[in-house]
Amino acid sequence: MDLNFTKADQEFRDEVRDFIAENFSPENNTGQNIEKYHEVTSDQMKEGILSWHKKLYKKGWIAPHWPVEYGGVDWSITQRYIWDQECANAGTTPLIPFGLTMLGPVIIAFGNDHQKDWVLKGILSGDDWWCQGYSEPGAGSDLASLRTKAERDGDHYIVNGHKIWTTLAQYANWMFCLVRTSSEGKPQEGISFLLIDMNTPGIEVKPIITVDGGHEVNEVFLEDVRVPVENLVGEENMGWTIAKFLLGNERTGIAGVARSKKAIDKLKEIAKSELNNGEPLINDSSFNKKITELEVDLTALEYTELRTLAKESQGEGPGVESSILKIKGTEIQQKISELTLEAIGNYASPYITPLSVRNFGSNYLEVGPEHTQGVAQNYFGMRKTSIYGGSNEIQRNIIAKMVLGL
Amino acid sequence: MDFSFSEEQTLLRNTIQSFVQDNYDFDRRREIIQSDEGMSKDNWKQLAELGLLGVPFSENDGGLEFGSVETMIVAEEFGKGLVVEPYIQTVVTCGGFLRRASEAQRQEHLPGLISGDEIWAFAYAEPQGRFNLADIKVSAAKNGDEYTLNGDKCVVSAAPWAHKLIVSARTSGDQSDKNGISLFIVDKSSDGISTRDYKTVDGSMASEVSFENVKLNSSSLIGEEGNAYPLIELVADETIAALCAEAIGAMSVLNETTVEYCKTRKQFGQPIGKFQVLQHRMVDMFMQYEQSVSMTYMVNLKLEEEDLERSKAASGAKVQICNAAKFIGQSAVQLHGGMGMTDELNVGHYFKRLSMIETQLGNADHHLKKYSLAS
Repeated sequence: MDLNFTKADQEFRDEVRDFIAENFSPENNTGQNIEKYHEVTSDQMKEGILSWHKKLYKKGWIAPHWPVEYGGVDWSITQRYIWDQECANAGTTPLIPFGLTMLGPVIIAFGNDHQKDWVLKGILSGDDWWCQGYSEPGAGSDLASLRTKAERDGDHYIVNGHKIWTTLAQYANWMFCLVRTSSEGKPQEGISFLLIDMNTPGIEVKPIITVDGGHEVNEVFLEDVRVPVENLVGEENMGWTIAKFLLGNERTGIAGVARSKKAIDKLKEIAKSELNNGEPLINDSSFNKKITELEVDLTALEYTELRTLAKESQGEGPGVESSILKIKGTEIQQKISELTLEAIGNYASPYITPLSVRNFGSNYLEVGPEHTQGVAQNYFGMRKTSIYGGSNEIQRNIIAKMVLGL
Repeated sequence: MDFSFSEEQTLLRNTIQSFVQDNYDFDRRREIIQSDEGMSKDNWKQLAELGLLGVPFSENDGGLEFGSVETMIVAEEFGKGLVVEPYIQTVVTCGGFLRRASEAQRQEHLPGLISGDEIWAFAYAEPQGRFNLADIKVSAAKNGDEYTLNGDKCVVSAAPWAHKLIVSARTSGDQSDKNGISLFIVDKSSDGISTRDYKTVDGSMASEVSFENVKLNSSSLIGEEGNAYPLIELVADETIAALCAEAIGAMSVLNETTVEYCKTRKQFGQPIGKFQVLQHRMVDMFMQYEQSVSMTYMVNLKLEEEDLERSKAASGAKVQICNAAKFIGQSAVQLHGGMGMTDELNVGHYFKRLSMIETQLGNADHHLKKYSLAS
């Protein structure tokens, strides 16, 4: 056990820093830069997210967690840790996880050679934007009860159904989708994992506007959508095994430790500039205590994540530990957004979102100090994190059952 | 001791309930808050016709001469409907100042307020002041029979709709002295006033208001020069009491909606309300609500007490309401799952309003300290 960086690690950190400084320009940072996001159209948003992706692809650093033979990088866990930390410090555009974190490892583990070729290439290059067709109106926490049906017709499946909470489907040209191919046995036994071209006739994407005024999630309607049989991943009816494998990977990325650290730094900056009875708010003992507790909690999560990564690097796949990372990671992210809202006092209430600007004009932008903009919407929006990716109640059930044997 | 409502109070509640029912279904509210106007002038007129804009004023002044319990009933029912028309801002807050103003001022201003012709807003917050009502930079310099108002007020709730403002300003003393604060009645159309209007996250509207050499006649001064702070505290406490009532109205709807949803939403072959972990969460929501109702009754019954006792009651109630608002709002969203995150369902809208009530006139930390100082 050793917590120190070696000289090689420090050199790596310098290399990473230089690379980010040279290649990342904050002006393109549409996803992260909430103060500016009102000026951005959805096409620019997509382009902005992909511009950082494409730079990493060119450098060969786009999928550090994949095996080298498939385009990954041979980094130690320390190097991956450094990478995450440096990206968060620079506030780089978050990469879209659907291909890189979710589908990629699935294809590597379960895909055939042809799929490994075209799917992985499209993910790495950023030419394909994937979305996740998992949840349905009747199948949320109880994912296995999903009903979207795929019936075999010669060389095709005919898919009919209704997916919901499909994140960024408005940009996607492909969807990996859980479908029911059999109603025999337990619900988990009749599920298959299909890759669906979003340009196939019969697919309709309908936006869902959320409480923060944003458009991130969608409904996807599928009516007699013809999907070639070669787009089945793994065997028919083994989709549940794949789905669980994928969710395990999804949860690992969800901890967001480095970004939370950065967000706490930002919160402290805000608390230094906000005044409370003429004094910086950060000097207020009760507010200061809340920030400090959060920092300690995040440090604990950081080392829990490092222990998980270490195990993973020794060949043990993400296990139920990933549920701890998901629960604690999202609770901390929510708490940060809550304290940031608290910090800005009266300026919590002005409403500025891309939609509000579109609806009510752009002269909203200068209400209050810059650091107050979008804070309330972020607080409302962050409530989703304890719901998505398997709600935190479900994660606790998983730990109760799988770890504690209850 | 008696916590029951009189027949007259129940009638009042029924009146407001039917107003909300007839005018404020969720789709109608959505239309109102998305309109350019941001509120319904028709609704405001109706409230005037029902006499509701006159609730706290004396019969001599043309009001109904009701007490704080009646105001509480109105605010609670408005909270259930997420009513955006500025009742608390105009009637409770500005009305609170005006009913203690001079005979001449009451005669000049109350008829227009009670008839619904004029909306009022209280401009108190300043960018540097956070929740401290005495941290005031806006100045009113006296020159003969005239005052000149300069400075900036921020997040003035209901100001875009207001015809008249009541403004707290410094006539003497240092920036956060409690002495040297005065209250002025200001016509919003006066020369030298500029506003930046905007929507707020809870579906209401507010403004940034700047005063540049705004000339005020000394007849616009409420009470004595430099001695307004105790009155500001009193009216702030009355406003807090009304906000608490609005909050319990919103909480009751969220709790009912959540329980109903958990009874009907099925996962794993049964209603999710059968899962004990969700049951306990809903029980905690229910207990938080009951505790909030108790504190709301308490503060509304103590508004007539002497300053320290009243202030302690208001701060205590606000702490309970802030904590409950957060817990109930967050839990209602969580228990509704993805649906709770949508703009389409009312849950998120109640959550947003409750989140703003948390901040209005001081959050839990602020009032915890005030309570402790008053004890």
